[in-house]
Amino acid sequence: MTLRYDSRSRVSTYTQSWVSNADPDFGVFESIATTTVGASAVSEIIFSSIPANYKHLQVRGIIRNSVTEGNFRIQFNSDTAANYSHHQLTGDGSATASFAGSSQSYITSGNFSGVSGIFTGVILDILDYADTNKFKTTRSHTSFDRNGAGSVYFNSGNWRSSSAITSIRLFAGNDAFAQYSSLALYGIKA
Amino acid sequence: MAVSAYEVISTQTLSTTAATVTLSSIPQTYTDLVLVLRGTSTVDDTIMMQFNSDTGSNYSWTQFGADGGSGVFSSRGSGLTSFRIGYGNTGQGSHITQVINYSNATTFKTSLSRSNKGADDVRAIVGLWRNTNAITSLTIIQTSGSFATGTTISLYGIKASA
Repeated sequence: MTLRYDSRSRVSTYTQSWVSNADPDFGVFESIATTTVGASAVSEIIFSSIPANYKHLQVRGIIRNSVTEGNFRIQFNSDTAANYSHHQLTGDGSATASFAGSSQSYITSGNFSGVSGIFTGVILDILDYADTNKFKTTRSHTSFDRNGAGSVYFNSGNWRSSSAITSIRLFAGNDAFAQYSSLALYGIKA
Repeated sequence: MAVSAYEVISTQTLSTTAATVTLSSIPQTYTDLVLVLRGTSTVDDTIMMQFNSDTGSNYSWTQFGADGGSGVFSSRGSGLTSFRIGYGNTGQGSHITQVINYSNATTFKTSLSRSNKGADDVRAIVGLWRNTNAITSLTIIQTSGSFATGTTISLYGIKASA
């Protein structure tokens, strides 16, 4: 494979920000923070002090439940009130289903596997997270396969608050995140 | 100057038809890989993926989708020599596969795919490779027929902070 590291090939909208005699801004998709679970399982992963200078946020990674399959849940800014709602479309390899929850104290973003060695992939988008004129909307693709069983989840979520998101709490509906679970937070500039 | 965490590793446009395409010597300096396959196939059939030239029965997948006519569907495959990432077709299609935490040497590898056939098919797929090795190469396979001339294949790397 030919590797092309020409900096002008990097993914960005640099053509819009390129100014003659100025440095191009390649920071369109930037890493903010990463958490990897050590030998002891943890009940939650929190990204706090999130800077407000991006347009959108994305959480990517792999997670495994420490005991059994359970919900992958989200809260913002430590708000534990019933200000969240979500919808889910899922397929388990034989059937499809949909699910919704309103006036919840968290957003559900699918389930994650508790089987040893099987990690669930997560890609979670949090749109216009810093806009103080909008309630906040999320979308996610959270899925696992266990060689003979598995589930694919598409979820949307809503937080009925116009506050800018400054912290994200990711937690399990039951049990905890097992060792080697790893979630990374990225910021995307417009 | 901020540095993007999302970079192009390679891109190519097929000048001839190809039943398989292998991207090798993948650098280990990223956290995730994103493969973007855009184009057509010579026949309508599934697109599969292998890692590190492993042809053992170490792959499985689960999917759901909709074809615009018969509603939604869900299916899976296990104990396979490759896993599904999309459905190739003679019309235009786009297929994006996210290989998450590809360079760690401690976990089995999970991939998330989105596959869209412009005319009548959309699906989401999760794939599993039951191997803890870091991924250094990947092979895209058009199950029958070939990827057509003009098909574009791009590989991106995403780097998380330590």
